[in-house]
Amino acid sequence: MTGHGAPDAGPPIDLEGMLRRALAPVDPPEDLAARLDETLTSLTDLVAEELEAWELAAVRDPRRWVDSVARPAAAAAIGAGAGAALVVLRVHQTRGRRRARASDPLDYAEKTVRAVADETRRLLDR
Amino acid sequence: MDKATLDREFTELYRAHLKDVYSYAYYRVGNHHDAEDLTEQTFLQAYRHFERAVAESDGRPLRPWLIRIAHNLAANLYRDRSRKPQTPIDDTQHLRTVHTTEDLVEGRDELARILAGVQQLPDDRREALIMRFALGMDNREIARAMGRTDGATKVLIHRAIKQLEQIVATPEVATR
Repeated sequence: MTGHGAPDAGPPIDLEGMLRRALAPVDPPEDLAARLDETLTSLTDLVAEELEAWELAAVRDPRRWVDSVARPAAAAAIGAGAGAALVVLRVHQTRGRRRARASDPLDYAEKTVRAVADETRRLLDR
Repeated sequence: MDKATLDREFTELYRAHLKDVYSYAYYRVGNHHDAEDLTEQTFLQAYRHFERAVAESDGRPLRPWLIRIAHNLAANLYRDRSRKPQTPIDDTQHLRTVHTTEDLVEGRDELARILAGVQQLPDDRREALIMRFALGMDNREIARAMGRTDGATKVLIHRAIKQLEQIVATPEVATR
């Protein structure tokens, strides 16, 4: 299918060859590969970690910061919802900020669970 | 298949096809920022459904399945944004990014003309050409990725190339 240019277009062109050159494969940015690697590797562990953190904080004082819908919503989103991976990814991406703001490990756990609940609500509100 | 084996196989799939998915995403959306988002979401979505896909694939390659996920996500992305499903590729930056200096000296204008022509094709024709020429997929793979028959895919690609020939043969159209 090469060389079928219009009659007045001059010499025939190797269209397929040019298409191969014009649409050359594009290397993904290095940070994307690293980020995806990290996300996919830690995906399963992270879900367990977030749920574990919820249990820890809930035992301490569930009325203080978790509203009555937070856990079912978060569990549904993480366990089965279409946005599960997104929730995990977004919470994972902000872990450094939460760690820096947390006064102790328990505080960090609480902040993490809040982040899961917030992201879940945001997703459900879409 | 146990979880560890499944995860290992997914990792292999991801490493083998990251460049394919990224290339598809880049030519589909026209910029690196959205292409990164689309690639990331494609693999997260694929991870969720990997076990079922492996079970249903009967040993066939999973690349068309991955590209189909990217295709659906891209369609959703543009439906959400309520705008035309294509950002024009920045020819100058794109050509500098993916081609060698020698390539550019030889035919920068021609490549830019081809690229501009591809952007003007209807979505399905453009996608078929991206799969064929950027990813090197054969008709059968493209058919699976696009949910068409092998015959319909062959016709689609033939028509895409014919239309592109007409576009690039008309300078004022090609550079629009």
